[in-house]
Amino acid sequence: MDLLLIPRLIWELLVYLVTILPDLAPIILGLATPLALGALCGVLNERSGVVNIGIEGIMLTAAFTGYLAGFALHETIGPATALIAGVIVAIATGGLLGLLHAWLCVTVRADQIIAGTILNIGALGLTAYFNRLIITPSGQGGAGVIPSLVFGLGPIAFATLVLVGALQFLLFRSRWGLRTRAVGEHPKAADTVGINVFRQRYQNVIAGCALAGLAGAYLTLESTGSFQNGMTGGRGFIALAAMIFGRWTPIGAFGGALLFGAFTALGVIVRVRPAGGELGDLLAAIPSFWYAALPYLVTIVILAGVVGRAIPPAADGIPYEKEARA
Amino acid sequence: MIARLRPRLTDWWGVAALPVLSIALALAIAAVIIIVSSAFTGIGFFPLLPLYAYGNLFAGAFGSGIALNNMLVAAAPLMLGGLAIGLGFKAGLFNIGVAGQFLAGAFASAVVGSTLAGAPVPVAVAASVVTGGLAGAALGAIPGYLKARTGAHEVVTTIMLNNATALLLAWAVTDLVRAPGFTFPRTGDIGNAALPVLLGRNLHLGVPVAFALVFAVRYLLDRTTLGFEIRAVGANPNAARYAGMSPLRIVTLTMSLSGMLGGLAGAVQMLGLIGFYASGISASVGFDSIAVALLGRSDPIGILFAAMLFGAFRAGAPLMQITTQVPIEIIDIIQALIILFLAAELIVRRVFRVRAKPIEIEGATTVTRTWSETVRT
Repeated sequence: MDLLLIPRLIWELLVYLVTILPDLAPIILGLATPLALGALCGVLNERSGVVNIGIEGIMLTAAFTGYLAGFALHETIGPATALIAGVIVAIATGGLLGLLHAWLCVTVRADQIIAGTILNIGALGLTAYFNRLIITPSGQGGAGVIPSLVFGLGPIAFATLVLVGALQFLLFRSRWGLRTRAVGEHPKAADTVGINVFRQRYQNVIAGCALAGLAGAYLTLESTGSFQNGMTGGRGFIALAAMIFGRWTPIGAFGGALLFGAFTALGVIVRVRPAGGELGDLLAAIPSFWYAALPYLVTIVILAGVVGRAIPPAADGIPYEKEARA
Repeated sequence: MIARLRPRLTDWWGVAALPVLSIALALAIAAVIIIVSSAFTGIGFFPLLPLYAYGNLFAGAFGSGIALNNMLVAAAPLMLGGLAIGLGFKAGLFNIGVAGQFLAGAFASAVVGSTLAGAPVPVAVAASVVTGGLAGAALGAIPGYLKARTGAHEVVTTIMLNNATALLLAWAVTDLVRAPGFTFPRTGDIGNAALPVLLGRNLHLGVPVAFALVFAVRYLLDRTTLGFEIRAVGANPNAARYAGMSPLRIVTLTMSLSGMLGGLAGAVQMLGLIGFYASGISASVGFDSIAVALLGRSDPIGILFAAMLFGAFRAGAPLMQITTQVPIEIIDIIQALIILFLAAELIVRRVFRVRAKPIEIEGATTVTRTWSETVRT
């Protein structure tokens, strides 16, 4: 055991990371795509003052319905058209669940954490129920996967990059963005100047959840080409952490998603492109379960380190009542 | 006599109306789903399928002595899990981590149980159960402390811990404590650590223990200083701090106690039913418990009844799936619908035209409030 082992390992790790970066970058971007879309959903919801912990359930349901549409249609209308139909169905599913969430949170003024819990539990049940009834007994596959454009990344992954930039601009530079932030920070003031708080919140929740639906479509139609029960595996919650990490801004949330994607990618890349020397032995000795658990543990550490300094929208989670005392 | 009973009945109905009607409405909507989806089963489109499905569900839970035992055995971990979440709600905390705490408790009790398989029964059982509870408590303490110290919201941290726990335990059972002589990674037989069967084929010691803990938690909340502090922090953390209580201590302690109950749920399920830990054992108790706590309004006695209801669902569902081909997952759908109607009581009021007491899940509003407002400690 020589004294220079640790510094040498760190140096080797840095060299290794730089050499694999061209291979690593597309994997990170691919893993970050559903997280980024989910985080954008969170940003749109919470900037308008609605907490949504149901992103996980929306993603899962949309992943299923999108897959189901492709599965049901690809023989009649051809795989390419069926995939497009699947993506549209997934986005529409997200929007519809967004409508339910908005109705519960804005109109019924139900507790927003419980509303999200309903989405999560219901999604697990509904998707597993119809999976067992329709897809499993047929023994057939779906419509395949959306072909990639460049670097193994497909259209949804690239659309996410555009969406991040566009929403960053819209949220801080457009009338819609100003109104969104107004109803999220001080709904009464927004109401006083004639902004329809309820409509603004409905719009944002539905649009945001449609993005979570797109994330679901990415999982089944662009990334894996199959559906498994509970396949979102906590991504909706990591997306929330990415949103908090990015302090409720689209670009920051994307950065958070990239960070979590990078930690997930590490477990993939050490098997695909093993490092040489002592570092390679060390990385190969770490059990794959540890790599798999890493993004979840990193999420906790980052949340604990960042949240104290991150300030959410002031009216986040508080239903608006027109005649209520402030 | 009837004149005297009447106001009491009205009171009782005032409390029970919304839960009971929510359950009825959820079963009705689920029946529609079963009818629509019956076209995909081997039976074909069949409008009366829900009647057969619910009939078998009922028979599987109450139809015989064995069925009743199964119902109670399924209800025991749900009671403990429901108490775990309900206790958290009282302090304004949403412990979605019961699934992970359940796994930790199951794993710890399985490891200790297989080590002490040859020890005298009281020693083996007590040591395994206690270790299971402590493992859950340790896992609950982490998000509790982080919430109180840094403001990291427990809804996200506990879910992350659920996933990480399942993976790390899968590693542990594969690489650390794998018992020799089996074709797949699992822990050894628990031998004398198995909970003694009290009645019939499988009614084990865990059932009376769960009932006892319902009343213990009720006593803790209603009759002790700690219980008062928990409820005070849940009602208003800042006021509690001004009154000289330490939200940091209370939040960490509540999450530890909640985690302990979750761990005990895992230990009871492990030592009473499953018998060995292998990766992929169902942690559905964790999510069922959320529905149990919400339906029971996080009141221990309410949780007792809610757990028996969902225990009945879980006990009866296999018979339903075998005889009518309606997938077990309909139970999850029914649970989500029940919570939906409890949360949106407006629908229930409109449909049934009842004037019932509104449902207040004590502390639940604080859970949402703390999302955007960091409690100073």
